[in-house]
Amino acid sequence: MSKIVALVPLLPLLGFLINGLLRKQLSKTAAGIIGSGTVLGAFIISVLLFIDVRNGKTGVVEFFPFISFDTVKIPFAFLVDQLTAIYLLIITGVGFLIHVYSTAYMHDEEAPHFARYFAYLNLFVFSMLLLVLGANYVIMFIGWEGVGLCSYLLIGYWFKNPQYNNAAKKAFVMNRIGDLGFLLAVFWLLAKLSTVTYGEVFSADAIKALSQTDITIITLLFFVAATGKSAQIPLYTWLPDAMAGPTPVSALIHAATMVTAGIYLVARTNILFSMAETTQHVIAWIGVATALLAATIAVKQNDIKKVLAYSTVSQLGYMFLALGMGAYTAAVFHVMTHAFFKALLFLGSGSVIHAMGGEQDIRKMGGLAKHMKITYFTFLIGCLAIAGVPMFSGFFSKDAILLSAYEHNKIIWGIALLVAALTTFYMFRLLFLTFKGSFRGTEEQQHHLHESPRAMTIPLIILGVLSIVGGYISVPEVFVAGGDKLGQFLAPIIPLHTHAVSHMEEYALMGGTTLLVAIVIVFAWNKYKTYKEETNGAFGNLLENKWYVDELYNTIIVKPINWLAGFIENVLERSGIDAIVNGVGRAVQYSSRQLRLLQSGQVGSYVLLMIAGMVLLFVLQFFLKK
Amino acid sequence: MIAVLLFLVPLISGILLFATKNAQQAKMLALLAAIATLVVSLLGLTALKQPAYLEFDVAWLTGINSRFHLKLDGIGQLVCLLTAISFPLIILSAWNNEYSKPNNFFGLLLLSQAGLMGVFLSVDLLLFYFFWELALIPVYFLCSGWGGEKRIAVTFKFFIYTFVGSLIMLVGIIALYFQCNETFDLKIILSQKIDPQVQNWLFWFFFVAFAIKMPVWPFHTWQPDTYEQSPTPVTMVLSGIMVKMGLFAVIRWVAPVFSSAFYQWGDTISLLCIVGMLYASVVAIKQDDLKRLIAYSSIAHIGLMCLALFASNKSGMQGAVLQMFVHGINIIGLWIVANTIEQNYGTRKISELGGLAQQAPTLTIMLVIIALANIALPLTNAFVGEFMMFNGMLSSKITRYNELDTVLAGLCIILAAVYTLNMIKQVFYGAVKREAVGNNAFTMPVKLALTVIIVLILVMGVYPKPFLDLTNEAVDAVLNRMITVK
Repeated sequence: MSKIVALVPLLPLLGFLINGLLRKQLSKTAAGIIGSGTVLGAFIISVLLFIDVRNGKTGVVEFFPFISFDTVKIPFAFLVDQLTAIYLLIITGVGFLIHVYSTAYMHDEEAPHFARYFAYLNLFVFSMLLLVLGANYVIMFIGWEGVGLCSYLLIGYWFKNPQYNNAAKKAFVMNRIGDLGFLLAVFWLLAKLSTVTYGEVFSADAIKALSQTDITIITLLFFVAATGKSAQIPLYTWLPDAMAGPTPVSALIHAATMVTAGIYLVARTNILFSMAETTQHVIAWIGVATALLAATIAVKQNDIKKVLAYSTVSQLGYMFLALGMGAYTAAVFHVMTHAFFKALLFLGSGSVIHAMGGEQDIRKMGGLAKHMKITYFTFLIGCLAIAGVPMFSGFFSKDAILLSAYEHNKIIWGIALLVAALTTFYMFRLLFLTFKGSFRGTEEQQHHLHESPRAMTIPLIILGVLSIVGGYISVPEVFVAGGDKLGQFLAPIIPLHTHAVSHMEEYALMGGTTLLVAIVIVFAWNKYKTYKEETNGAFGNLLENKWYVDELYNTIIVKPINWLAGFIENVLERSGIDAIVNGVGRAVQYSSRQLRLLQSGQVGSYVLLMIAGMVLLFVLQFFLKK
Repeated sequence: MIAVLLFLVPLISGILLFATKNAQQAKMLALLAAIATLVVSLLGLTALKQPAYLEFDVAWLTGINSRFHLKLDGIGQLVCLLTAISFPLIILSAWNNEYSKPNNFFGLLLLSQAGLMGVFLSVDLLLFYFFWELALIPVYFLCSGWGGEKRIAVTFKFFIYTFVGSLIMLVGIIALYFQCNETFDLKIILSQKIDPQVQNWLFWFFFVAFAIKMPVWPFHTWQPDTYEQSPTPVTMVLSGIMVKMGLFAVIRWVAPVFSSAFYQWGDTISLLCIVGMLYASVVAIKQDDLKRLIAYSSIAHIGLMCLALFASNKSGMQGAVLQMFVHGINIIGLWIVANTIEQNYGTRKISELGGLAQQAPTLTIMLVIIALANIALPLTNAFVGEFMMFNGMLSSKITRYNELDTVLAGLCIILAAVYTLNMIKQVFYGAVKREAVGNNAFTMPVKLALTVIIVLILVMGVYPKPFLDLTNEAVDAVLNRMITVK
């Protein structure tokens, strides 16, 4: 593996530096070209690396020592292998499309802010690449916190709005809770093994040196980290709020790439996770619970981006459910297809918002299909893909997850099936309310309805194509023997996994799921082909208000900490310790005055001199007038 | 040569400064002297790093066996470098401030630098004590003469605190002197075997003095008040360098001399540090004054360093030593920004500020970078030290509750993000709340100082190796000495 791999993250870093430092000088066109061009460059190199990896050329490239002490050596090193190669393609490929899209979407921004936007976006790509390229957990952590920072900067991109800033802060702090888990896991590894380099941690000797408790603790801590970054219970509430950022950011960071970092972490560490049964159970149940919770909320949201945000949380839950079942390849597969169709859906929603002049409420849309054919058609593809309609990419990846759930735990499988139905329902509700029926916005909006410019529609079309064909890299073995190309490709990192389900059962499962999806689509069509004002029952209200989880966190965490801070500040600091210390000060002063009379001998007179000297110096300052 | 120059250059130029006639002259001389000291320090790290240059030993108080003995090891080199880098930055940042009697002001500032250098250089206990006081006395004058409106009361509190500490230490020094056959020499003290029973109580005479200086909870209440009321350059000296005297002294005089007590009391002190870290982090959330916010944030950071020292292993101690340097640089950056804001907008109250990102974009970017270093984001300088300290803490074989300690201290990582981002949000983002008043204080010297700090933040964050190499042997020496005792 040659050092050329360094260029992959360095190009976006260069873009960040140019756009960031020259943001006042650069024209919008120049900033856009630099921003997109550097990512395109990274994509091209990633393709070359991918070809190398397919030819069996994987390996570690070391650059310089980063942190070393005792016997611990943590180098700045990259690892390019199968898992990294796939992530590289997703990040730079989808990233490039979203950069291009942004040049049109953000065009109303003033030039310095336009360049600032691209600088942040490039910095994000750089951090994300670092995350997947790192050859040890510390380099991964650099990227891990780096993407959190970029997410923070981009959510708060329109920094004049205090609500957006709150959302940005919330995202950062909740991610930091997870990050603490990451750090603790790393320290635990270091304490036991004195190394955090993947190759060494996963070696047979190292694994032998870890007790079962160690493995459980390490994997649980890593999972805590994953719940933060990948928005799982209990740390998911930042992601819907993160929709405050510009829509392309939601597509890239909060749907396609950053939020899947948790899945990368677990898949990368699969050797340890497979040995920790307790952790596996926790992951599976948290995953399926998150999938269900978020799906129920999505059903009642009216903000086009909020629906997609909860959908993302829910789909991430799906991926964790797969990880919990040990179906790492299925999870990575779903990361990939989800990156295509969710980026597509978000960019499509951006196209809609663009046409609607900033409106995001689907109750005020309707009938847009007539005006925006490309957006509608690609959005439809996205919906079919996420619903898991046969022949679309989501079908294959979802099927793989459902199959492994069926194999391991029928209850989880049942819930996952329910989530699939809910997903189909809220996505087609979204589709029909937005694009079908009659227009419900203002006349002025109707007058301005238009298809978006080509810089936006071409990425939509490309992602649309990928949302269809992306699934064919892992066709179930029942259809084509040896069709699971992805599984074979990843086999060096993730051991191949054969299903213990008969072919008949597998066909029945697929058929059943497909039938369910079809019924739900028809149901949604009947319900939403013409818009009717909805009134919520008590349960509907509960869903619309997101199960009041934010309010709950506020009551049990935020408020008590604030109260404690106030108590310390007003009571302890002012009257408690300080008063005692002041008292001690006075007492010491008093007693020293008394004591010095009693002193005798050499030591005593020295102390006396000290006191006298100090007091004298202190008195002097009154005469040293300013 | 190097050793004595590090102390003599600021001392002589400090005295000379009292004789200067006008502000311009005083500032210029002060800056030149500070840069000269920096050059000396850099020479000691590069061209003149042979041991002969780094040691200076002459007779001093022969009657009581005390020698004027200065010696630089790797740890000393790093803190002396911190002192040497900090003063030019501090003087630059004060370039446009108006002080009455500027000659006295800058003269006292340099005298305290001389004292600080002495503390980091001396390997004779009595000489160490002499410098300890020499560093503090100019600061008393500076606080009481040039401070805010409550300066007299606050300086008095500061004085009482440190004075009590010094007094207790002096008693300890005298006791140790007789324990060790009447010597003040570090090397000879280290060759003696001090009864563990004696260590257990003698330890506290030193540790309390150093704990007040750091400060360790609950000896911290002088700090927010003093930082708030002191003129900003003095606050920078206090928080950037002077609090490191306490940590440094623990490494040089407590850990190797009272090793068995150091192990013995490790859990007790860890508890104090953790309570203090959480306490300071939580109370920082409520602060409305920028200076007080930074003060509490600093208490939490110093608590972490002290905690890491008591882990008694390489990772913890070397991390703490590195962090002493890093914290000094970063906090000076924070003070510069806070001071600029106060001068430009006429207030330090967070609730009265807002929208500075629109008014002062460059200042905002600089502050955000420094603030990110303050919360130890990877690729900033603070990450490396913090990583090593936490790692040391978890893998400690000395403290009994190392796992719990690490988790509790880890909560401060989260809380730091809360109060730091709160501050950024309130002060820099949102709607503009007030217009700039008076002359723009964000001048060339200030920008220069901040740029140097940011370069240090990033370079050390990406390539910390030279700094780790520098302290490697010295930390090993301390730890080896501790292990032999055990």
